[in-house]
Amino acid sequence: MSYIAKPRVSHPGLPKNKLGLTTRDYEGTVSTLCAGCGHDSVTAAIIQAVFELDVEPHMLAKMSGIGCSSKTPAYFVSQSHGFNSVHGRMPSVTTGANAANRDLMYIGVSGDGDSLSIGVGQFVHAIRRNLNMCYMIENNGVYGLTKGQFSASADIGSLPKKGLPNQQEPIDPVSTALSLGATYIGRSFSGDKEQLVPLIKGALMHDGFALVDVISPCVTFNDHEGSTKSYAHTRQFYHHVTDMDYIPPAEEIKAKYAEGEAMPVELHDGSTIMLRKVDDEYDPTSRAAAFKYLRDHFNAGEITTGLLYINKERREMHDLMGNVDTPLAELPLDSLNPGSTELRKILKRYA
Amino acid sequence: MKPTDTTNPDYFHKVVDCQWACPAHTDVPEYIRLIAQGRFSDAYLENRKSNVFPGILGRVCDRPCEPACRRGRVEDKPVAICRLKRVAADHRDDITDQLPKAPAETNGKKVALIGAGCASLGVANDLAPLGYEITIFEALGATGGLMRTNIPRFRLPPEVLDEEIDYILDMGVDLKLNHPIESMKALLDSDEYDAVFVGTGAPRGKNLEIPGRYDSDRIHIGIEWLESVAFEHIETIGERVLIIGVGNTAMDCCRTSLRLGAKDVKVMARKPRGFFKASDWELEDAEEENVDIVVNHSPKEFVLEDGKLVGMRFDVMEYNIDETGRIDRGKAVDEVMIPCDDVILAIGQDNAFPWIERDIGIEFNEWDCPVVDEKTMMCSRDGVFFGGDSAFGPKNIIWAVAHAHEAAISIHKYCQGEDIGDRLPVGLNLSTQKMGMHEWSYSNDYDPAGRRLMPHVDLKERFKKLDIEVELGFTAEQAAKEVERCLNCDIQTVFTAKLCIECDACIDICPVDCLTITHNGEEADLRTRLSAPAENLEQALYVSDDLPQTGRVMVKDEDLCVHCSLCAERCPTGAWDMQKSHILLPYAADEADSKETTAA
Repeated sequence: MSYIAKPRVSHPGLPKNKLGLTTRDYEGTVSTLCAGCGHDSVTAAIIQAVFELDVEPHMLAKMSGIGCSSKTPAYFVSQSHGFNSVHGRMPSVTTGANAANRDLMYIGVSGDGDSLSIGVGQFVHAIRRNLNMCYMIENNGVYGLTKGQFSASADIGSLPKKGLPNQQEPIDPVSTALSLGATYIGRSFSGDKEQLVPLIKGALMHDGFALVDVISPCVTFNDHEGSTKSYAHTRQFYHHVTDMDYIPPAEEIKAKYAEGEAMPVELHDGSTIMLRKVDDEYDPTSRAAAFKYLRDHFNAGEITTGLLYINKERREMHDLMGNVDTPLAELPLDSLNPGSTELRKILKRYA
Repeated sequence: MKPTDTTNPDYFHKVVDCQWACPAHTDVPEYIRLIAQGRFSDAYLENRKSNVFPGILGRVCDRPCEPACRRGRVEDKPVAICRLKRVAADHRDDITDQLPKAPAETNGKKVALIGAGCASLGVANDLAPLGYEITIFEALGATGGLMRTNIPRFRLPPEVLDEEIDYILDMGVDLKLNHPIESMKALLDSDEYDAVFVGTGAPRGKNLEIPGRYDSDRIHIGIEWLESVAFEHIETIGERVLIIGVGNTAMDCCRTSLRLGAKDVKVMARKPRGFFKASDWELEDAEEENVDIVVNHSPKEFVLEDGKLVGMRFDVMEYNIDETGRIDRGKAVDEVMIPCDDVILAIGQDNAFPWIERDIGIEFNEWDCPVVDEKTMMCSRDGVFFGGDSAFGPKNIIWAVAHAHEAAISIHKYCQGEDIGDRLPVGLNLSTQKMGMHEWSYSNDYDPAGRRLMPHVDLKERFKKLDIEVELGFTAEQAAKEVERCLNCDIQTVFTAKLCIECDACIDICPVDCLTITHNGEEADLRTRLSAPAENLEQALYVSDDLPQTGRVMVKDEDLCVHCSLCAERCPTGAWDMQKSHILLPYAADEADSKETTAA
């Protein structure tokens, strides 16, 4: 950590978004994570994404559990809502918050320990419910906060700093989410903001559960030779299958795309995700094909990244439940509460 | 772009904008840190090494450092560098025992210095400690040259001047006052001196040849008039005074007039604001004293009635200024008569060498200035050197000091029979400032405080006498605040590409977005691909070697870096480090030492 706070002085030529804010206005306190932690880069990518989306800070809710990753919501958008919940319980707290106020934009920041070990039950059920949120996993393969034991995402054969290689099968959050029917699944790397920022923007704007699994190296406990989640290893085995641009509603598509390369996906609010396939073979709309592709490349030791799956058909939690458009938190008490006469009628059904 | 060559001392020197802009290259951040530590004497001596006259320059320097100061780009106002120099001078203890001393025995070489102004004194300062026998010839009855004659006492008290000049004279310099050199030929032919240095300034005030100029004795040449005031030959002036010209001499003339009894002083400018020669701060100080600055008035004629000056006629001008900010010659749209009792002409000054014969091997150019080598300061006759305003026309004190250091090196080498063109190169030392995990040897936090305002003597009080110094100097509290505004630009961000793991930590933490990791390209292209606009082409891009993992490069735009050290603190591998760059400027003493070392 640093003893001085990041000075408030900024570059006078910084671009401003539609709200007249600069990226500096979306910052939080200075990180207390280790210098060089991938999570700090993910934080910077989130700041860039919400800046570019012109997000009003008070319309954003930052949710987290416990772990290095879960500290990070303190490091971005100081003026938004935040809830630092119990270990692994971020999804259920977010479900409650979202149930009460569907108008807010939810970003949950979790880690491989928080989501794939203690909170794996919560994680899978949030996907099942298609909870409308951006769910980030800062995935480094170790429990950094407790000094580097392997986590559930550690690959077989990956070496710890000291001791024996990992022998247990890893849980891959992307394949898991795919098998559970998540509707937006991406994977990226903290060291590749060009890919990560649009991926986060799409995830925030997607209507439903959006998973962004980010390889985010633990510079202290898992950045050595023999680690499969180090900066060097990730870069060496990085397999980039799609690129994407996020294009806000009513904005002209300026970039030129080669014939057959681009695949536009329109989101519920009229914005467009322009998918660009780096690998022609890849079909991000087919669960089965995506699953096979991921498995094959995983077996070849590669880390497949990009927007890996998107489904616009499945409805999000509120729509599945048939809820009103107005957030429940904003409804007057008499419309939320049917009153004692109605209650008696309901109870009579069970008499 | 090619990786930046940081072994060239100029690269990091340029990052220290103030030091680079200073003709004498005073190590500004270093002395500001010494002030911050309360080490005023050390700060004074650090200054004296390069600029010789800290107390004088702390009051009246032209301060090229301040417009260059990075703080002025990051925020609005630069650090008050000049006035901090005065803080060092004001608060120093007796430092006489730490000054250079002349050796007990001279080296047998004699050097004549003509003129006792800043240039000659600077040469004496460098050569006396090496054992040279120095003689200074001065036409007037006092030392200091224009520092004494042209700068009014309310800006530069004579005690300050005397003290710093005495430091030099006390090294055993032979000073001959009231001793004008009337023939350079005679001096050279006498063969008494091994070398001669000319530091006679630019002593001739420009005239204004318009009707009526010679019909009244109430029309004065600015620098001559200031000199007469300084020597108390003139003690009064009329109530209504017009100053023609709007340079720094004009500012001294108008403010001096107020102190001699003038009630209505107008500075008449030919051009609009923004095209004035005077420094902003001198303008501010004059306007604070209710001097009226009248723009767009071009002098036409002096108006006399019965042989008495009653006013001046002016053309009222109109100008066009194009998009690049250039102004045209303008046209007269009206005419106006402005009544006055005295007129002071302050429209510039020229060199004058009536005492240098033109057939003694000293070549003069088309402007009647000597032809002088800019590096060695020697003219076309071997063994004759020039410096200060007499070399290249009117500049300022700090330039004269810079010339003096170079001339001293040349004179030394010339007297020792060495090649004066073969000089020691500028050197560079880099040393890490890391003291611990999050600890640096300097105050790295950014202090958002604004520039402190210099306290002035009350308006009424200051006019009572001619020699009441207007500026009071910073108080201890003000100085303590102002030093923290310095960005420590000499504590350089030094990058080692092979250590970088491209984690982006430095890029994410940089408060002014000056770092980028990207694919290499030509400079013009790279500048469009950086984290924040890099539009200041004066400021370099620091480009690294190829990074080990991706082959991209680290690019730093030096323009707005606040040297806060966060990049180095957030770097997990020590690829970034904060290292103090110490620019080693060779002086005559270093040249002497280097030969001794070689001989040994």
